[in-house]
Amino acid sequence: MKEASAGTLESGDILIQIAPAQKGLEIELQSSVAAQFGRQIKEVIKDTLEGLGVEDAYVKAVDKGALDCTIRARVTAAAVRATGKDVWKD
Amino acid sequence: MMFVPGNNPGMMADAHIYGPDSIMLDLEDSVTMAEKDAARLLVYNALKTIDYGTTEMVVRINPLNTPYGKKDVEAVVKAGVDVIRMPKTETAEEVRELEAEILKVEEEIGAVGRTQIMAAIESALGIVNAYAIATASKRMMGIALGAEDYSANLKTNRTPGGAELLLAREQIVVAARAAGIACFDTVYSNLDDMETFRKEVELIKTLGFDGKSIINPRQIEVVNSVFVPTEKEINKARAVIAGIKEARAKGSGVISVNGKMVDRPVVLRAERTIALAVAAGVISEEEAL
Amino acid sequence: MRNTKLVSLEEAIRRSGLKDGMTISFHHHFRGGDKVVNMVVDKLAEMGFKNLHLAASSLSDVHAPLIEHIKNGVITRISTSGLRGTLADAISRGLMEEPVVFRSHGGRGSAIASGELHIDVAFLGASASDELGNACGVPRSENAKSICGSLGYALPDARYASHVVVLTDDLVPYPNLPSGIRAADVESVVVVDSVGDSSKISAGAIRDSKNPRDILLAKSAAKVVINSGLFVDGFSIQTGTGGASLAVVKYIREEMIARGIKASFALGGITAHMVKLHEEGLIGRLIDVQSFDKVAAESIAKDPSHVEVSAVEYASGQHLGSATHALDIVILSALEVDTDFNVNVLVGSDGIIRGAIGGHQDTAADSALSIIVCPLLRGRIPCVVPKVTTLITPGKSVDVVVTEYGVAVNPERPEVRERLVAAGVHVVDIHDLAAKAGSIIGTPDPLPFGDKVVGIVMNRDGSVLDKIYNIK
Repeated sequence: MKEASAGTLESGDILIQIAPAQKGLEIELQSSVAAQFGRQIKEVIKDTLEGLGVEDAYVKAVDKGALDCTIRARVTAAAVRATGKDVWKD
Repeated sequence: MMFVPGNNPGMMADAHIYGPDSIMLDLEDSVTMAEKDAARLLVYNALKTIDYGTTEMVVRINPLNTPYGKKDVEAVVKAGVDVIRMPKTETAEEVRELEAEILKVEEEIGAVGRTQIMAAIESALGIVNAYAIATASKRMMGIALGAEDYSANLKTNRTPGGAELLLAREQIVVAARAAGIACFDTVYSNLDDMETFRKEVELIKTLGFDGKSIINPRQIEVVNSVFVPTEKEINKARAVIAGIKEARAKGSGVISVNGKMVDRPVVLRAERTIALAVAAGVISEEEAL
Repeated sequence: MRNTKLVSLEEAIRRSGLKDGMTISFHHHFRGGDKVVNMVVDKLAEMGFKNLHLAASSLSDVHAPLIEHIKNGVITRISTSGLRGTLADAISRGLMEEPVVFRSHGGRGSAIASGELHIDVAFLGASASDELGNACGVPRSENAKSICGSLGYALPDARYASHVVVLTDDLVPYPNLPSGIRAADVESVVVVDSVGDSSKISAGAIRDSKNPRDILLAKSAAKVVINSGLFVDGFSIQTGTGGASLAVVKYIREEMIARGIKASFALGGITAHMVKLHEEGLIGRLIDVQSFDKVAAESIAKDPSHVEVSAVEYASGQHLGSATHALDIVILSALEVDTDFNVNVLVGSDGIIRGAIGGHQDTAADSALSIIVCPLLRGRIPCVVPKVTTLITPGKSVDVVVTEYGVAVNPERPEVRERLVAAGVHVVDIHDLAAKAGSIIGTPDPLPFGDKVVGIVMNRDGSVLDKIYNIK
């Protein structure tokens, strides 16, 4: 795995930066809705990465009010870019 | 049909609130090469998650001869898109290639026949082949003009009167009518000139088009005010909706009107026609029921 | 001996008899450009005053220096209509021992008039004053620098405070008349370099919003107004200043022209849009408690049918003569609306104070029809919720809620609902709106409130409506 990112800082989007880590998943989240949705956002990030088989990674997420489907898309894109393994057939 | 860039989650989340008949999420010209992968994932997740209500969902994919086209097909078919819009279509052969790609994915997920095709015609060759394209697949629901590339291909420029597009527009309407499918006109991109836009919408309605492509919600009202449904269209839509109710009452998933089976897009269009008629004040909400 | 009123700020404070523990007041007509509050409180701190109660008509971003004066004990109590910025943030996190008391503009006016909120010394900034204290918010000389138009929120203070100090940056020859603040009420006049930063007092030319969501909301709200049954010749209207509210005026105007309908008056905060309709003959009078922009401030200076009104005359619930009682339609915004139609315009859904009650309670309660315009979602923040974070305007005074996902009508107003349905408005149940928001964004976790009360929300009748707790 190499460092990679996906997403933007525009309203309704989330910027996901992903980097290799030794053991486990560490998620750092910045969000204006962290108090109410921080737990859910981290859960979506974790579930998405687990679904892709990524277990060890450091993730920095800067959220601008993204919906869960956007978070899933951005995390997947960042993970695909980091691992080089696409979710679609070639 | 409202164009929404496929890499803009803010716009994708609520594009349907403005009430377009259909939304076209774009993976092609509005997305840079470096973002094709991210946009594809965004569109896939949006289609799977967001409740777009009765809005018909279209995705414009990248051409199949690019590194992105086949992955686009896989993603959007798996996400359950209503219609794939094929850009820069020039021959019937290309349509059949797309059809084969779609079928492959549909077979994999067990949903054969679910996805329709719309072909965008954006070159002189495409216009010459319009009828062949329109009849290339039973999935073909409509053909559309893409005027920017087309006028460049003709070595001319777009003008407010649209003289340079006249043949292409007429050819597309004639081809669509001969094939028994729908036809949609190109976009008009000057948002500050609603008067010229209105004239263009009036022109293309006169020419016989079923709808107009738009780039901003502000253009919807103009299109709707020009395309107020006729009594005949309203009655046809009512028949379809009555068919749905009958099917539901019987607990049947298959909807038929006058003995003919009806697809989801037809149902959507019928609902839209009634909604448009109510919005335009042609019929009241009670009459719509 | 003449000119006894014209003194330095320090002398004016000394003369006022101000003592520790007393109440001082300010108005917010200079909005984000206000220099008076910080200037006066700095001076009070320098003179060694402690334990003062600051009663402002509203406070904003620009008053962040008050944080220091709260920490050093100069200010220990605050009453206001609203709080914003870092001051609001610090107070929300528990900066003050005494909770801030929030009142509506009408509620503040009545509380001052009744003596419930007694002001010992009012410090009132003015765009022009003569040496006797006839003071106003409009320009009266070529030297006028800080122009705000109406001084409506300052007028109860001028009339009822024990002692009134006028501060101005444009001293003009007597008589500066007509003026809202009258010499008979004023004890001292202080000339200062500047009472406000004119670039931040009011926006210049307001551009129409091109945000498609604002336009959608505005069109929908205009449709509600037009089909409300109240849209008849001689109707009256008040709107806010958000993008959607301003755009509503544009669409209502088109329909007024089409139907040949004229409004008798427009009320409240007056904007360039309202002035335009007035100058076109579509609105008879402008009743102005606050001039929101340069065009409105210029209009009130020259147009006799554009009149200044005090907060009491504007919106007091206890004075039946107040203008809100004659108001037909008000269009308001909201941070949150709940399924009982209760509205919150004060506390953000992160639990931090970020707004103002303004005239919300007053106009919603007294008008014949109150229309709340707000998007269902702002990013991931829901605006239609099961229960508001803080109760500001009770649901019984809210009639219609306009969102981009449909229009909800208070079940107490079946006749309004019927008219809107008949007109083809997309009417929905407010519970469905809240459910729709939930289905898009999920269910928010509860906010981490502490158990310290940082704010008390008063109803306009003087009763307590709600308490705001500190956010951790």
